[in-house]
Amino acid sequence: MVSLIDNEGYLRVDPTLLKLVKLLLLTLIFVSVSFAAVSSRLFSVIRFESIIHEFDPWFNFRATKHLVNTSFYEFLNWFDDKTWYPLGRVTGGTLYPGLMVTSSVIYHILKFVGLPVDIRNICVLLAPAFSSITSVAMYLLTLEVTSTTPTLKHKKTAALFSAFLMGITPGYISRSVAGSYDNEAIAITLLLVTFFLWVKSVNTGSIFYGALTAMFYFYMVSAWGGYVFITNIIPLHVFILLLMGRFDYKIYTSYCTWYALGTLMSMQIPFVGFLPIRSNDHMAAFGVFGLLQLVLLVSYLKDTLSPTKFVRLMFAFSAVVATVGISGLVLATKMGWIAPWTGRFYSLWDTNYAKVHIPIIASVSEHQPTPWSSFFFDLNFMIWLFPVGVYFCFQELSNPAVFVIVYSVLGSYFAGVMVRLMLTLAPIVCVCAGITLGRLFNIYLDVKDELSSWWNNKESQDSLFTLLSKMVVSATFVFYLVFYVQHCTWVTSNAYSSPSVVLASRNPDGSQLLIDDYREAYYWLRMNTPEDAKVMAWWDYGYQIGGMADRTTFVDNNTWNNTHIATVGRAMATSEDKAEVIMRQLDVDYVLVIFGGLIGYSGDDINKFLWMVRISEGIWPEEISERNYFTDRGAYRVDDLATDAMKNSLMYKLSFYRFGDAYNGLDPVDRVRQQKLSSSYAKSITLDVMEEAFTSENWIVRIYKLKNRDNFGRDLIDIGKKDRKQQSKRTKRMLSRKKPTLDLRV
Amino acid sequence: MAKKDAKAKTVPAIKKQSGSVAAEPTANAISFFQELGNSVKISFNSYISETKDNQKLRLIDAFLVFLVCLGILQFVFCLLVGNFPFNAFLGGFIATVAQFVLTVSLRLQSLDANKTVFKGITPERALGDYIFASLALHFVVLHFIN
Repeated sequence: MVSLIDNEGYLRVDPTLLKLVKLLLLTLIFVSVSFAAVSSRLFSVIRFESIIHEFDPWFNFRATKHLVNTSFYEFLNWFDDKTWYPLGRVTGGTLYPGLMVTSSVIYHILKFVGLPVDIRNICVLLAPAFSSITSVAMYLLTLEVTSTTPTLKHKKTAALFSAFLMGITPGYISRSVAGSYDNEAIAITLLLVTFFLWVKSVNTGSIFYGALTAMFYFYMVSAWGGYVFITNIIPLHVFILLLMGRFDYKIYTSYCTWYALGTLMSMQIPFVGFLPIRSNDHMAAFGVFGLLQLVLLVSYLKDTLSPTKFVRLMFAFSAVVATVGISGLVLATKMGWIAPWTGRFYSLWDTNYAKVHIPIIASVSEHQPTPWSSFFFDLNFMIWLFPVGVYFCFQELSNPAVFVIVYSVLGSYFAGVMVRLMLTLAPIVCVCAGITLGRLFNIYLDVKDELSSWWNNKESQDSLFTLLSKMVVSATFVFYLVFYVQHCTWVTSNAYSSPSVVLASRNPDGSQLLIDDYREAYYWLRMNTPEDAKVMAWWDYGYQIGGMADRTTFVDNNTWNNTHIATVGRAMATSEDKAEVIMRQLDVDYVLVIFGGLIGYSGDDINKFLWMVRISEGIWPEEISERNYFTDRGAYRVDDLATDAMKNSLMYKLSFYRFGDAYNGLDPVDRVRQQKLSSSYAKSITLDVMEEAFTSENWIVRIYKLKNRDNFGRDLIDIGKKDRKQQSKRTKRMLSRKKPTLDLRV
Repeated sequence: MAKKDAKAKTVPAIKKQSGSVAAEPTANAISFFQELGNSVKISFNSYISETKDNQKLRLIDAFLVFLVCLGILQFVFCLLVGNFPFNAFLGGFIATVAQFVLTVSLRLQSLDANKTVFKGITPERALGDYIFASLALHFVVLHFIN
């Protein structure tokens, strides 16, 4: 007998049954949140296929395959001679191995269990799988943050809301759709778990949770360069708590345990190495660590000494510490013991910095400042719930609430600076929105009193109106929630599910047309070129060529060597004869360019060309100048009116070579730039040192082969010129000769 | 921890400056030193009286002193001889620092006066946590020094 009606007429239910039902409901909610999170990330797989997306994931995929096929130690010692030819790359020491290790562990476990799943499918589906863990971590984090809130009646409401919001927010989906096998795919999960453990350890002061925080911090370090965010936000949190006079022993135990263990652990990652004690990015954490020791000492003295003595001691103390600390830092930086701030760091504070000093960073589209609209696009109605949640945190101002405030301030700033950092903002927005919604529904869905008073006293209008207004508010927010789901699904399906390796477009009749030029071309490379062929392309395509075509590349998305990239840019930007010299020096076999002029694909190399010019101008300013590629009026033209530098550049020639042929004698139109070339001019674009090897169906990928040197040692360009002269004579003669009509008359 | 001790030692000197600035001109340095000495004495005496009948605390404190000495020794050794196997030096040094911090945390958690701060952490649990964290620490250190 689990329930019965007692003598007062109330239904009595066994508390264990209630607990069970609650647990069941909770699991049900989590299952459905996970289901929503995973299924909305599968658009790309359903629409296209199970394929790795974009650029960086191709490298991660290639590295994972390497790890699965060899041993872990070989993976860490991997020297990759197929990239950055002729330099090579110490790949094992310059990557974050967390992602690859995770998927290879999953692969081996599944294999051990008896489910041999293809490594590609694991890589493709890793991000959606982790997204469901993220929502659980989100639940725990919000629960921990709100655990001390006295005003929140049902704490789990807020936590569940934030888990649900996090599961499908486009700001997070943008980096975790199926196939986007990138570091962020697992890093956001780890970020949240680390923060959850941190808040938990601050709340309890337990060494155990501090150590766990350090371990997940280590996992995070192994997975993503964004770990520096954690390295700085936790000390900042502690520092602000100190300034607020909130020092207690819990903060000491949790922070010191985390820092001491976490720093040591993070140094185990080869790519990070001694950075935690050498670079300025990590010094804040160290400073706070030292400060905490002093504060502990001071608080001990405070207990034993008289107040006046203590105050004096305190002032002297802080003066010493500040001067010694700052001068030590400056001195160590000057002496070169500590690396100064990195360029990427500066670009976070001064949005123009990258454009002026490091064009290679500015050239990446995801490093651009965020447009306002994308905040709404990625976060929908959470963007106005977010400040409310922060306000609630201010109201409460407990230690975890301060953490939320610190995180939200930093996160908002960084998200404003770079598009890609929207990713780090999304979690805290979800926390705040969850808190807001939780509070709101706590009040407005709680209609017990109104209902009962209305029921007992039918005449009372007051309670009816209260009830009605409560219902209206709740209904509005339910509508917003429904709208949120719709918005997220729409955004995911339309904006974030394109693999960008396969392009989708529509036929005039509305049916879907897949443009598969990339894979066509890479497959051609794989099948028709010698295995050691070296392919020169702009760095964007380096990882794809390595991953899909399995050919040696010169530069890739790792961008560790700016000069090498500039060399490739220089070869593309200079005239054919100069480019030939560079290409012979580099030992180039093939050149691959992306050309969207025929089909109207805007992400092509001519549009990226200015970055090639800028980057190479940074190294050879006397040879290449950006101004030369613009007309006198400052227009970027590719048609007959283009400047000489433009017309002569190798990239231009490779893109437009035989472009006129595609239009059958009509004036060819570049459909990206919307410029019309005259057919006679289009015919005059010639290539002498290279020959066309392959052009894909829609001309998106064009591959050229560098001709061998002339057997007689003649200059290839001279030969070409001579040929053309003779040919033009011959064609003239051919044209002048009357030809008999050859059509059959029947 | 080396740093903390160094700071603690520099306090007297600096205290003198700020004290002489703050105090009225008649106050001389000698009385100030006396005052400081008094403070230290008070602290020390109260420490002695606090730990008089708590052998566990004394044990922990002895271990802390040992760790500080070890840390300083390693640091001095590094300064004198050079930091050639940097991994090894760093591993050793950080091990002492981390162990120091962990032990201080343990000490804080096992004090009776702090029971209200650390709710839900019994001394047994504190010791368990401490052992767990120390094991993790030494595993990593072993891995680090090769």
